[in-house]
Amino acid sequence: MKNVDYDLVIIGGGPAGLTAGLYAARARLNVILLEKAVLGGQVVATDWVENYPGFPEGISGPDLVQKMTAQVQKFDLKIETNAVISMDLSEPIKKITLSNRVITTHAIIIASGASPKKLGVPGEDIFYGKGVSACATCDGPFFRNRVVAAVGGGDTAVQESLFLTKFAKKVYLIHRRDQLRAEAILQERALANEKIEFLWDSVLTGIQGLTDVEKISVQNLKTGDTKEIAVDGCFIWVGILPNLEFLPEVVEQDQYGFILVDANMQTSVAGVYAAGDVRSTPLRQIATAVGDAAIAVFSAEHYLENVKE
Amino acid sequence: MAEGVLEIEDSSFEAEVLQSEKPVLVDFWAPWCGPCRAIAPVVEELAATFGDKIKFAKCNVDDNPITPGKFGIKSIPTLILFNGGEIVDKVIGIVAKSKLEEMLNKA
Repeated sequence: MKNVDYDLVIIGGGPAGLTAGLYAARARLNVILLEKAVLGGQVVATDWVENYPGFPEGISGPDLVQKMTAQVQKFDLKIETNAVISMDLSEPIKKITLSNRVITTHAIIIASGASPKKLGVPGEDIFYGKGVSACATCDGPFFRNRVVAAVGGGDTAVQESLFLTKFAKKVYLIHRRDQLRAEAILQERALANEKIEFLWDSVLTGIQGLTDVEKISVQNLKTGDTKEIAVDGCFIWVGILPNLEFLPEVVEQDQYGFILVDANMQTSVAGVYAAGDVRSTPLRQIATAVGDAAIAVFSAEHYLENVKE
Repeated sequence: MAEGVLEIEDSSFEAEVLQSEKPVLVDFWAPWCGPCRAIAPVVEELAATFGDKIKFAKCNVDDNPITPGKFGIKSIPTLILFNGGEIVDKVIGIVAKSKLEEMLNKA
């Protein structure tokens, strides 16, 4: 048999990647987990997690990441901070180009997650870090007793808007529909929160200011009217895009760029799996990401048994 | 010799950063910021690698509001690379370690 660096390479160190690492390390596979930035993925920017079982009081995102990391370390998972530049999947032995070398592997689990999507409105880029943000836990306290806007209507937008009310004196929640998509319990809390003013059927059309955010333009989709609102900050939570700058075309993606998998988490390429937010899925939660990852490792083990015979 | 990551305050910023002979990377952070906690070990790793030619410092924005105010920081983690008292480069939020290495290689 040819000399291959790894049985399995896991790309990404969020909940999906760490769970894949846990299962693979316990299966005694020759495995490495690659994380380009920091372990935990989007969870490190999540202030509070209440819907992941086992934590009846809830747990902060960073604390949950710490526990998941401690758990994989217990089983000696090899973790490296390194970025995947590209992959060559044309042969059964796959080549992955990293920032400093090329490695070979039989199987790959792509768990590279997703990043907050931009709206693409004027002012969004130039005021990033000057009032425009996608991370309430990073930047919320800078807006103590200030007025902020939040855009979106899903779980993240509503959960993080609630977090912002701990600091801001007012939060305008701008949503393009006339009702929220978030979990019912989050909706109840937001609707009952006096600091949150809902701007229904509305879209953000621009962000203005001199050096920092000073006001936003909001258009009502029903009436067509646009108004300006004075705000100090603007948080944007309008969905996510998959982190797949390294992905070759041979791996099939859905119309939004997320990786298509079968029930075994296998992609269109044998031996290549996807798990968590990066895959095409109707629901993106920590609970679904860890489930995906366990299945992906199970499938990879079967694949490895066959190819290594 | 690498010195790890030096804690700096509003009162020591001028002397330790602006007057520094070596370039200085300052990590603006706060204890309540999860991503800041997550990036701290990466900054420490970089300090171990680049410590000979670059000074590494961190500034708690809760305890030291003047310095982040002066640089208009409203988002953390923010990493600013100073050289000769001037801003050379700035990174907001969590980015790949390789991007930070690129930035430090330019210093």
